[in-house]
Amino acid sequence: MNGVHDLGGMDGFGPVDVEANEPVFHHPWERVVFGLVVATSAQRLRNVHRFRHAIERMDPKHYLSSSYYEHWLTATATLLVEMGIVTLAELEAGVGGCIPLSAPVRADSGISPAASVAAPRFAVGSPIVVRNLHPLGHTRCPRYVRGRRGVVTRVDGVFALPDVAAHTSQRCEQYAYNVRFDSRELWGSAADSAVAVYVDLWESYLEAS
Amino acid sequence: MSEHDDDHHHPAPLSPVEVRALALEELLKKKGVIQEGFIDAVVSAYENDIGPMNGARVVARAWVDPAYKARLLANGTAAIAELGFGGPEGEHLVVIENTPTVHNAVVCTLCSCYPWPVLGLPPNWYKSPPYRARMVREPRVLLREMGLDLPGSVEIRVWDSSAEIRYMVLPERPGGTEGKSEEELAALVTRDSMIGTARL
Repeated sequence: MNGVHDLGGMDGFGPVDVEANEPVFHHPWERVVFGLVVATSAQRLRNVHRFRHAIERMDPKHYLSSSYYEHWLTATATLLVEMGIVTLAELEAGVGGCIPLSAPVRADSGISPAASVAAPRFAVGSPIVVRNLHPLGHTRCPRYVRGRRGVVTRVDGVFALPDVAAHTSQRCEQYAYNVRFDSRELWGSAADSAVAVYVDLWESYLEAS
Repeated sequence: MSEHDDDHHHPAPLSPVEVRALALEELLKKKGVIQEGFIDAVVSAYENDIGPMNGARVVARAWVDPAYKARLLANGTAAIAELGFGGPEGEHLVVIENTPTVHNAVVCTLCSCYPWPVLGLPPNWYKSPPYRARMVREPRVLLREMGLDLPGSVEIRVWDSSAEIRYMVLPERPGGTEGKSEEELAALVTRDSMIGTARL
C-alpha cells in the first residue's frame, strides 16, 4: 500500500533529533511492548510480514504522532483482535476506554507470482527497471524506486515474498537482489552525482531493462 | 519541602499508551499467551548483552586480521558467527567497507530494519521519519547536519534495508592506532560509525 510508512524521499520532516546516551528503552511500557512482540512471534501468533502490514495500516495521523513502540503495540493489539485471541471489548474494558487499532486489510497483493523459482532471472550487472506496481496490500518495494532503472549488484538467494506472506498462509519463494540506483535516476538531474542508493528487491518487483 | 520533592512522592499518572500496553500484557497473561517472567528474560538480553559492543569487536578483529576481514566482507553472517554473534535480525548480514573515497550509510525507509546481533536495538532517531525520509534523498546534507561533513569527492552509498539483508558498516581504522590491542581498538568503535552517520 502507498502508506505513510513509505517515507523514502519525502520532504518537510526537519532535522534528525539525536539523543546523547540514549537508553535502550525510554519507559517501562516500551520494555513490555518489546517483550509482547517477541512472545507473540515465538508462539507463531504472527509473522513479520503481517506485523509490518498491521503497522502500515495505522491511521497516518496516529503513525506520525506516535513512537515506534506505540506502532508495535497498535499492530500487536490489532493482529490479536483480528485473530480472535483477544476481543476489542476485553481490551477496552482493560483500559477503561477506546483503543486505537489499525484499519482493516483492504486487498491482497497485486502480484501473481510464479509457483517456484528454479534459477535467478537476473545476474550481477543486469540492468533492470522496477515495475510500477501499487498494490493495496503489503509490499516491500518502496515508492521512490518504482519505474526507476538500476543495476543488480548482488543475488541474495531465495526468500518468501512479503506481498504474499502478509496476506496468505502460502509461501511464495523468490530470488531477492540488491540493486544500485544512481541518485540522479531517483531524484532528477540536479541530485548529487556522487550518491548511489542500494535497495533490496524481490524478483517480482523487477523487469529487464 | 520544595515542589520538586513533593512531586517525587506522587508519580505521574500513567500515560494512555502505558495503560494500553499494561492492559494488553495483563490480558495475555490471563489467557496464558505469555508467562510471568518471560518479558524480563527476553528484554534483559537486549539491555545487557546485545549491543554495539558486539559490532565493535567484529570491526576490531577485521582491522587486525586481514584474513578475517576478507571473510567478513565475503560472508558477513558466517564471519560474525565466528565471534559468537547471531540471532533475530541477524540471519543475513552484509558488511560494507568504508574507504577514503567511499562512505556507506544504512537506513530502513519502510520500517526500522537494523542488525540487532551486532548493534542491538536501534536508537529512536534511526526509526524516525526525518532520518528515513531524507537519508536516501539528501544523504550528504543530512550527514553534515548530523556532524559528518564529507567532501564532494567522497562517494556516498546509502543502503536501504528493504528485504532480508541487514547491513553493518566497517569503518576505516583511525590513524595513529598501530600499537593498540584488539580490545583497545574495539573501544574506539562507535555505534554511529557502524550505521554510517559518523566516521572515526
